[in-house]
Amino acid sequence: MAGGSRGPAFWGQLAFTLLVCLMLVSPIVLSLLAGVTQNYFVGIRSGVTLRWVEEVLRTYSGTILLSVQIAFACLACTLLLGVPAAYVLSRHQGRATRLVEELLVMPVAIPGLATALALIITYGGFGDFRRSWLFILVGHVLFTLPFMVRAVLAVMNSVDLATLEEGAASLGAGFVRRFFGVVLPNCMPGILAGSLMVVTLSIGEFNLTWLLHTPLGKTLPVGLADAYASLRIEIGSAYTLIFFVIIIPCLVLMQAVARRGAGSK
Amino acid sequence: MSATAKSDSFRVEPVPVRLEGCSKTFGNGARALEPLDLTIRGGETMVFLGPSGCGKTTTLRLIAGLESPDPGGRVFFGDEDVTRLPIERRNVGMVFQSYALFPNMNVAQNVAYGLRVRSVERRQRDRRVDEMLAMMQMADLAGRRIDQLSGGQRQRVALARALVVRPRVLLLDEPLTALDAKLRDGLRLEIDRLLRGLGITAVYVTHDQGEAMALGDRITVMARGRVAQIGTPQDIYFRPADAFVAEFIGTMNRLPARVDDGILQIGSLQLPWQGPAGTTTVLIRPEDVRLQDDDGVLTGMVSVAVFLGDRTRVVVDVADGSSIIVDAPGRTSVARGDTVRLGFDPARLLSLPDRS
Repeated sequence: MAGGSRGPAFWGQLAFTLLVCLMLVSPIVLSLLAGVTQNYFVGIRSGVTLRWVEEVLRTYSGTILLSVQIAFACLACTLLLGVPAAYVLSRHQGRATRLVEELLVMPVAIPGLATALALIITYGGFGDFRRSWLFILVGHVLFTLPFMVRAVLAVMNSVDLATLEEGAASLGAGFVRRFFGVVLPNCMPGILAGSLMVVTLSIGEFNLTWLLHTPLGKTLPVGLADAYASLRIEIGSAYTLIFFVIIIPCLVLMQAVARRGAGSK
Repeated sequence: MSATAKSDSFRVEPVPVRLEGCSKTFGNGARALEPLDLTIRGGETMVFLGPSGCGKTTTLRLIAGLESPDPGGRVFFGDEDVTRLPIERRNVGMVFQSYALFPNMNVAQNVAYGLRVRSVERRQRDRRVDEMLAMMQMADLAGRRIDQLSGGQRQRVALARALVVRPRVLLLDEPLTALDAKLRDGLRLEIDRLLRGLGITAVYVTHDQGEAMALGDRITVMARGRVAQIGTPQDIYFRPADAFVAEFIGTMNRLPARVDDGILQIGSLQLPWQGPAGTTTVLIRPEDVRLQDDDGVLTGMVSVAVFLGDRTRVVVDVADGSSIIVDAPGRTSVARGDTVRLGFDPARLLSLPDRS
């Protein structure tokens, strides 16, 4: 694309691209603006305020905290389950492990509602468990685990882990030492990418959670749905604003990690 | 690497390695190695040479402890039976074809890894790493990341890392294969000097006969999971045990010959011969064949003449349709289409038992 000789085709494409971007971004911007507008029906002229944000924080801080709590608990679970699983899958490649790899995608492929219903049918009878936040956590772990395994597995398969481990073993390192000193550090980009993915997905998860939650244990997206359904649109929008503040840094970090991972190859 | 290689802190007691009845069958039923008995003397450099799939790497991995032999096979380091010890408890040093350096550590940390695993206390560890890096002429690279090193530098780090722990046996798995030709020659000399300086028992796997000849005190030529011949480079080259070794090492000419009444006839040459009557094959190296003006044993026409500087490689088509390769002195002037006579010293002829 040499400068100076840009024809009508270029400007046409640029205009089209910008138009599409505008279509995608405007609802978000409008929604965010609504969250800080005095009165949505009057418009931004009615004044800018943090009143709705404060109100959301007052009424819904429980759901926000629960969401963050579940996200990190979910992260801990997927790390403990997913990293060793990816390790085994990467080190023992055969028919059985390929099958497991395929099965791991199932929770992603099946609609969240179906998974949630299956969980309720199976474990709904355990009252205390059904009512606790752990029930939602189980759903989130089911849903996010494949993403962790895939992210870690991709890195593990690209670094020739087997030879690295043989190298460490030849220098006298036993399994535990190899795993923590050589395997984990060299899979960090995958673990990091997987972690951000899991946290992001868990915080934003709605399908499963909507069925799994109880009135006393709502997460952020479920609360958001409630707010839009039953309260002033400004409150719902302020809620969205808070959601963005939590989720955007995660997404930006994810991109940065992905880029750094690609750069080091 | 020079004389510093004799530094006492790296000197190791040479340990012999003995394999007894070691065979290896993989899970899918493929036999990678037929039962093998082999002794590698203490301090000697043994090269396993052969085409891919001949079992050389499997044998190395059996010695390393990365594979275990089929039941009944045993591996000894000196008098100690190490068959059941995993690699991390055999105290070997290993250099991998792909180097296997840890990307998450810099050069010095890679070299220090084995010492850290052995809980060598910090000051001594630093000193030994420094000494090792100095010996490999890499002191200025200590802080580099692995991905900032060239292939040759990586290979030296891999050697340093394997040697710094003073292993009982040094195992090298095609360490030069990933490097370009020029670098390979340089590093080969360095490795040779290093191994002799240290006096360590070393096992070196390669498919490159030049490397094998240059580095090996003895060479084990392998084919299809079996040992074809064990001997010094001279043995292997001048007295190949069978047709495979003869063809695999260097270049070999097959001469058409007939045996009648205890007389071997090649062209105009007649020699007393023991062996069954009929056609047979005798072998001769290209450098043992002469181009000459008068008599000669065979007459033929030059089909190719390539000037290689130190010698001229001439391919001569002889009467029965076969081609004979001749390494003539560099200053020989023959051209395609010339008629030449070939002669040789009968003492340089090789015959092989017909096994192939």
